[in-house]
Parts: sequence; structure tokens; C-alpha cells
Amino acid sequence: MAKESFAKKVANTQVWKSIFRHGPPSNARNRASVIAGNVFLHLHPIKLKKSGVQLGYTWCMGGLTFFVFLALTVTGILLMFYYRPTAEYAYNDIIALREHVPLGIMRELHRWGAHAMVITVWLHMFRVFMTGSYKPPREFNWGVGVILLVLTMLLSFTGYLLPWDQLAIWAITVGSNMAKATPFLGHGGPGANLAKIGDFVLVSDKNDVRFQLLGGRFVGEAALLRFYILHCVFIPVVVAGLIAVHFWRVRKDGGISAPL
Amino acid sequence: MKELINIIADPIYSFSIVIALFLLSIKYIKFVGSKKFFWIALGGSAIFTVWAAQDKNFWAIITWPDNIPISILLISMGWLTWYAIYKGVNNDARTEKGEPPLEGTPENREKVWAWPNLVYTEMFTIIIGTAFLVVWSILFKAPLEEPANPTWAPNPAKAPWYFLGLQEMLVYFDPWMAGVLLPGLIIVGLIAIPYIDMNPKGNGYYTFSERKFAISSFMFGWLVLWIFLIIIGTFLRGPNWSYYGPFEYWDAHKVVAANNINLSEILWIKWLGMPLPKNILLREFLGLALTLIYFAVAPYYLTKKVFNFKGKLGKWINGGQLGGYLKSMGYIRYSIMVMLMLTMMTMPIKMYLRWFINLKYLVFMPEFEFNI
Repeated sequence: MAKESFAKKVANTQVWKSIFRHGPPSNARNRASVIAGNVFLHLHPIKLKKSGVQLGYTWCMGGLTFFVFLALTVTGILLMFYYRPTAEYAYNDIIALREHVPLGIMRELHRWGAHAMVITVWLHMFRVFMTGSYKPPREFNWGVGVILLVLTMLLSFTGYLLPWDQLAIWAITVGSNMAKATPFLGHGGPGANLAKIGDFVLVSDKNDVRFQLLGGRFVGEAALLRFYILHCVFIPVVVAGLIAVHFWRVRKDGGISAPL
Repeated sequence: MKELINIIADPIYSFSIVIALFLLSIKYIKFVGSKKFFWIALGGSAIFTVWAAQDKNFWAIITWPDNIPISILLISMGWLTWYAIYKGVNNDARTEKGEPPLEGTPENREKVWAWPNLVYTEMFTIIIGTAFLVVWSILFKAPLEEPANPTWAPNPAKAPWYFLGLQEMLVYFDPWMAGVLLPGLIIVGLIAIPYIDMNPKGNGYYTFSERKFAISSFMFGWLVLWIFLIIIGTFLRGPNWSYYGPFEYWDAHKVVAANNINLSEILWIKWLGMPLPKNILLREFLGLALTLIYFAVAPYYLTKKVFNFKGKLGKWINGGQLGGYLKSMGYIRYSIMVMLMLTMMTMPIKMYLRWFINLKYLVFMPEFEFNI
């Protein structure tokens, strides 16, 4: 009795009321207010079909992907405090992180989280396909999802270079060598040697798409800086924007899919 | 036994085995979607894993830290693939009886409050997800190798695991195909799916029989051409990207015969006994012709025999309905669908050409870096 009245007293203070503008979500009115009145929770509809909240239907893979994305943002920001993207310091900073932080698992969380995000986003796409949820009116949002899936893999790929160890530079070398073979735009691609004015070669290893990607002809310090900025700023900002579109469209296209 | 597995795991054999298993699963989908199958598959793979893990070569490759995500993917994907089919088969049985799919029962169509139903589920998954990541991070250190050394390449140099399907494709195609064109078309093809798949059924619930063609072709691309190639690229490719069985030691000095030849060499030198012609187009005309025929004649055949729902395969696709895809989809959608299908099938076709006649390139024009 005394406990309950204490909880009630807290809920009646001016501080509490200024934060939560409604009573506990135990009646219909407050259950609506708690969702609609909270900037994070208002991503949800106030009410939804029962099939849409069943784990057996949704697998919660999209939600998990978003959660892992947030976890990666947090751990990534923490890692940025310790890491300098230069050939001189990058590897040593990772070593220092491992040697001098007792019980530290931030790098582990970030690396395994990155792999987990690739897995969850693939499984999310698989679920959406298997339930036919890409069908009208959700065609456009499926396309946004495909772009997000590609960006997830690019995020993971750009992050792969940052430890600046053997695994990193050679995996990125293998990957970025593909850019060399882009038709007309890479110097090893089909048709590139057709682009000539007299003896002047238009597409060479000094200006093709791989050069633009790496900032050089091989995976060096310029590539490290480019991948760092792509990984920490550019792609995450694009992904965040597209996630907003994706979530918005889930709501606008009628919420989680269900039989028509 | 291990010797035998080392032999048949070679993609030359295992790729066909996987395709055969895939077709069998489609044929006996009801059995695949049963609980009995789940227990058989679970028991079988558990026994195999325990038995195989005692081999030190197998153990070394599956416990390499960056390979652990693939094991997690394979386990979760295997389970969820079965689960999706199980729910689909279940719904199909309900439809046959004239009942709505499970997701469409009056009880499940009822609206519930997001608080607490949805919000609590989310909180629960977040807690499980956090616990999973933390345990994974404590058990396995993030890998860190020697400092970067641009002058010394490790052998094999592998891309991250999720790109290994593409790297495996490099065995059969040049980088401009395997690294640029095909990945680009995968992305375009995925985005195109909702605009190609005109079937209004199966929207918002699990099913197989109402979407046989869509699900089978997606599964073929996803399981056989993407996941299986990743498995090969991760577990079965060692130094020099040569094949190594799951129980084989990665001996960098393994000798692999490389006697692949181009179609132009087969035609002019082997069959006609002549030197290669100087004219590039004449030299490569057979390969160019075959490529054109494939992309021109195959659509004709598919339109006449399969996608008009008349042949045996066509009837299976649409359950004996009249009309055809060309009619219902219109020319633009239809030709995009057929072209994407045919492009997807170039992968297995090129693999078999390599294995049967040691074909290196169908069209070999190093003058323009244009090799198919």
C-alpha cells in the first residue's frame, strides 16, 4: 500500500508530469497517448493487426536490423575516440585498443554487429519475399529496402579496411579491383581502350573509377581516409535518411502486410 | 568416407547435387514443409557437424573467427527457410479446405494495441539481441592480422564473406561480368521484382502453391547461386583459389591442371585444323552467334512452350490456367523478366561449360577486354 502510494506520489510530481504527459498506459486513452506522444514510439501505429505483432510472421528481422544499426552507431562513435585513419597510426590504435582497455569488447561488438547486420538484413528481405509483402502497394518500399541492403554491405565493406591489417588491405584490394573492370569507366574494363583521342588515353589507371574510389592506384593512405569518411559519415547519413523513408512508407503503405 | 566427401564436395559434383536436391525439395515441398523433415534435417546436420568437427582441417576452417558469421547465417537461414515453407504448406492446406490463411483468420485480423503488444515484443528482441552480441563478443576476439603490407599478398586473398559468392563467380567470368555487370543486374533485378510479379495472390501471408514460380526462381537465385557459392568460396577455396575438400589440408603447392581453352580455339584449331583468323569478328563469330542465339531463341522457346502455361512446366507454374505471362504482363515487363531470368541462368551454364568442355571464354576479345 505504502509502495503504491509512493509510485503515485512520483507520478504526481511536476517533474514526472512534465516528461510524461499522460497517466500509466493501462486504459485505452493512455495507451494511445503513450505511442502518439513519444517521438521514438510514434514510429508505431497506435493499433495494428494481431498478425503483424506475431514473431512467427515478422521474425522481427527488420526491427533487429535497425537495432543493430543503432548499436553499431554507438559502438562506432566510441571507437572513433581511439582511432586515427592514417597509415602511421591506424594499426597501432587498434593494437592499443586491444592491449590497454581491460575487458573492452567495443571493437568486438562493432565487428560482430556488422556481420550480424548483414545477416539480419538478408533474412529480413527473405521474410518480406516469402510473405509477398513487396506486392502492391509496397513495391516502392521494397526498392528502398534493396538499396538499404546494398548500403549495409557497403558499410561493412568500407569498415573492413579500417584496422589496416593484412586481412583488410587485401580484401579491399580484391574488392576494389572489380571497379577496374567497369565497362568504359575502368581501365581494365571492356571498351575502355576505345576511349582515345589520337594517342591520348582517356581512361587510364590514373583517372578511372577505381582511382576515384581509392584516391590512388592501389590501396594506400588516401584509400584509408576515403573509406573512413565513407564508413563513418557518408554512408551512415544516407542510410539514416533512407531508413526514415523506409519506416515512413511502411506506415503509409498500410503497416505490416497482412492478407488483403 | 572423408575421402568421398572431399571428392563430391568439389563444385563439379556438389553443384549438381545441390541443384538436384533443390528440384527434389520443390517437387516434394509438402514433405519439406513437415515437422518430420525438420527433425530429420536437424538430426542429420547435427550428427554430421559433430562427426566432421573432429577433423582438424574442418575444425580449422569453421572456427576461423571471420567465418563464424557464415555458420550463424547458415543455421538461422536453414531454420527460417524451413519455417517459411512450413507456414506456406500449412496455409496451402487451409486454402484447399476453403479456410483463410492463418494470418487472415478473424482472430488475427483483430486490431491490438501497440502498447503493450508490439512494444514489449520489441524490447524482448532487443534484450535477446544485445545478450547474443555481448556473448559472441566475449567468446570471440575480433581478428587482427599482421600490419598491412602492400608488397606481400596473402594466399588466398579473400574478400569479406558476403562477397565471396561474387569472388567465386570470378572463376567462371571475367571481372567486368562477375564484379560489375552481374552484381548490378542482381540489384536491378531485385528492385524489379514487384513490377514483374503480377500475381496478386500471396500478399501478406506465407504460401507456396499460389506463388510457385516466383518462390522457386527466387529460391534458386538465393540458395543455389548466392548462398551455395558463398559456402564454396568460404569453406572450399584455398591457396590460389583452388578447390580444397572440407577435410583437406590447405597445401599451397597443390597442383591443379589448368587446360581451359576458348571456343574460338576449339572451333578453328581443334575442329577445322586452321590457324585463328586475323579478323576478330570472324574469329569469334561462333561464340557471338551462340550468345545472340541464347538471348534471342531462348525467349522464343520460353514464350511458346513454358510461359504460355501450355507445356508440362507451364501447367505446373500456373496450375492449368489459360492465357500466359506475355498476355498478362505486356511486352515490356515480360521481356525484362525473361532477360533477367536468362542472365541469371548464364551462371550455371558457364559453370557446366567449364566442367564439360574446359571452356574458358565463349567470346575472347582481349583487344577490347571483352571476354564472356
